[in-house]
Amino acid sequence: MISKKSDSLIIAGKKFQSRFLLGTGKFRNKSDVKSCINSSGTQIVTVALRRVDVERHEENILKYIPKNVTLLINTSGARNAKEAVRIAHLAKESGCGNWIKIEVINDSKYLLPDNFETIKAAEQLVKDGFIVLPYVSPDLNVARELVKVGSSTVMPLGSLIGSRQGIRTKELIQILIDEIDVPIIVDAGIGAPSQAAEAMEMGADAVLINTAVATALDPVAAAKSFALAITAGRLAHLSGMAQRAASAQASSPLTGFLYEQS
Amino acid sequence: MKITINGKKTALKSPQTLAAIVRQTCKEPQYVVAEVNGKIVKSNGWAKTVIRENDAIELVSFVGGG
Amino acid sequence: MISLSETKKILKDNDPKSLECLAQKAKRLTEQYFGHAISLYAPLYLSNYCSSHCIYCGFNNHNRIKRFKLNLDEMRQEMSYIKNKGIENVLLLTGESYKATPLSYLKDAVTTAKDFFTSISLEVHPMDEKDYHELFLNGADGLTIYQETYDRKRYKQVHVSGKKADYDYRRETPKRAAKAGFRHISLGILLGLSVVADDLWALYKHLAEMEKSFPAVEYSLSFPRLRPIKGENFALCDVDDKTFIKIIALTRTLFPRVGINLSTREPAYLRDHALGLGITRISAESNTSVGGYTLQSPDVQEPQFDIKDNRSVKEIIRALKHRGFDPVLTDWRRIDNR
Repeated sequence: MISKKSDSLIIAGKKFQSRFLLGTGKFRNKSDVKSCINSSGTQIVTVALRRVDVERHEENILKYIPKNVTLLINTSGARNAKEAVRIAHLAKESGCGNWIKIEVINDSKYLLPDNFETIKAAEQLVKDGFIVLPYVSPDLNVARELVKVGSSTVMPLGSLIGSRQGIRTKELIQILIDEIDVPIIVDAGIGAPSQAAEAMEMGADAVLINTAVATALDPVAAAKSFALAITAGRLAHLSGMAQRAASAQASSPLTGFLYEQS
Repeated sequence: MKITINGKKTALKSPQTLAAIVRQTCKEPQYVVAEVNGKIVKSNGWAKTVIRENDAIELVSFVGGG
Repeated sequence: MISLSETKKILKDNDPKSLECLAQKAKRLTEQYFGHAISLYAPLYLSNYCSSHCIYCGFNNHNRIKRFKLNLDEMRQEMSYIKNKGIENVLLLTGESYKATPLSYLKDAVTTAKDFFTSISLEVHPMDEKDYHELFLNGADGLTIYQETYDRKRYKQVHVSGKKADYDYRRETPKRAAKAGFRHISLGILLGLSVVADDLWALYKHLAEMEKSFPAVEYSLSFPRLRPIKGENFALCDVDDKTFIKIIALTRTLFPRVGINLSTREPAYLRDHALGLGITRISAESNTSVGGYTLQSPDVQEPQFDIKDNRSVKEIIRALKHRGFDPVLTDWRRIDNR
């Protein structure tokens, strides 16, 4: 019997029971953010840093995030390592913690992260005392380098941000799961609970979901469905189910000769 | 006196403290992080920081994000 | 990574159907990752001086055999002969003697070999990292080092004296070689020297460790079967052909990209069947006597082991092509030593 308590997600020495990370962008109503956190049981949410809109006076998102939830501050908007580092320091100054999701994008067509700048930012931010969770295109050499400079996780994209195409980088993510020793959190592109379950069945340590929940007609129900799928996928992975067998191709016998010998 | 706040040119009648400017522009100053001329100014230093001609202020706070 | 109990289970399974299934899987994987390429190389014994006493080896220092060591001219003669057969990949071997074949001797051998071959591997006594680095800078790119057995007790039993008795120094050798820059590292065990399942599993574990720590190195494995020397049998158990084929196929399925080597200890018919089931490197027209290609007649000297496949390089290439394989003589050509 697999005990839920013993299967914690451990990032930078901190234990979490939920393997669901929730992004807070694109929500129609900020109050839905709070409800989704409740319905999903997520313990880590991402937020971004933006210039205060002095004209509109919007309510701050932090009001809708319970104090016991870990804030993961996204450096979105940064186009290079220098900007990402600057955003991280601004975030730290707010007193809301030092957990940073490094997101460096200078490609406005696909929103693909810049792996090289991300490594540079990771190296600097680890030195500056941040807990670093970098978002990258899945690449084993990049992941190794990120671990080497001290990243606490690697977050490979499943598919393009907002595309909801699911896991399109499956083989590359599997390699990271198999070879990299820090938690692998699949981030971006997960559009359906079945896709989240797929990532967890592969052995991913957690998934980060934003668009699919925020833009659903009923975000609270959507968040709950993802949470259930993530739990199911994780349990399936732990249960050690047999892999799908590759179809056998008929071929002439190869070992008959061993039985012909006198 | 001309200064820039969040990239926009603004005119001030006289030098003011950063604390005063934040209070005037932000509804919830407790969630705001301020930079003056590229350097972060801690909130406990806002009252002592006087804003002068051509200073560039950045005021940021958290929003929903992925 | 397969567990020890799973390894034992597979080796115990006598069902011909399971073996055939495993073989088919191994064939598919070999073709997927290697195509039909089979790399050819030849061993060149430079010296049979040895300071270690391994009870199962014909070269051991307690054995009263004639000792030979090639000088540079003799090396050139042997190398020229091998090169003329078409071989580009040479494995330079010595007994394990730090005195008779020190670093300087090996460096000279590698430098000489560079005039003839595009790829030079070494199977010599374990050395320090800085010595390996010098050999690498001189032109060697491959290192073969067999642990023989991973069972410490048995290891101590069969390696009575000499530097070879140091289990840990030997086991750490592949690491030192990788740090020194070697691009190809070959690990291995002597099948039958100890409990087969345990040794095989320990070899897999060693390989997995190396792959994780030094992912840029190309690895290959060998598991020659321990043969009697002078009628004396040191094997704990007989490793029959079925088990041997099973080990090759199993290894291929567990490590799809690793090279698997088959020496001329095995007879031609077995070698031919093993190709395509996982074997990707074979020696051709081997001679395991020092100077055995051109300088000595076989009855003058004790070879390290008896050759069972006596076909010439030409014959082997023809046989390979006939069976649809692609004999490869040169894989990589080095352009600088760094």
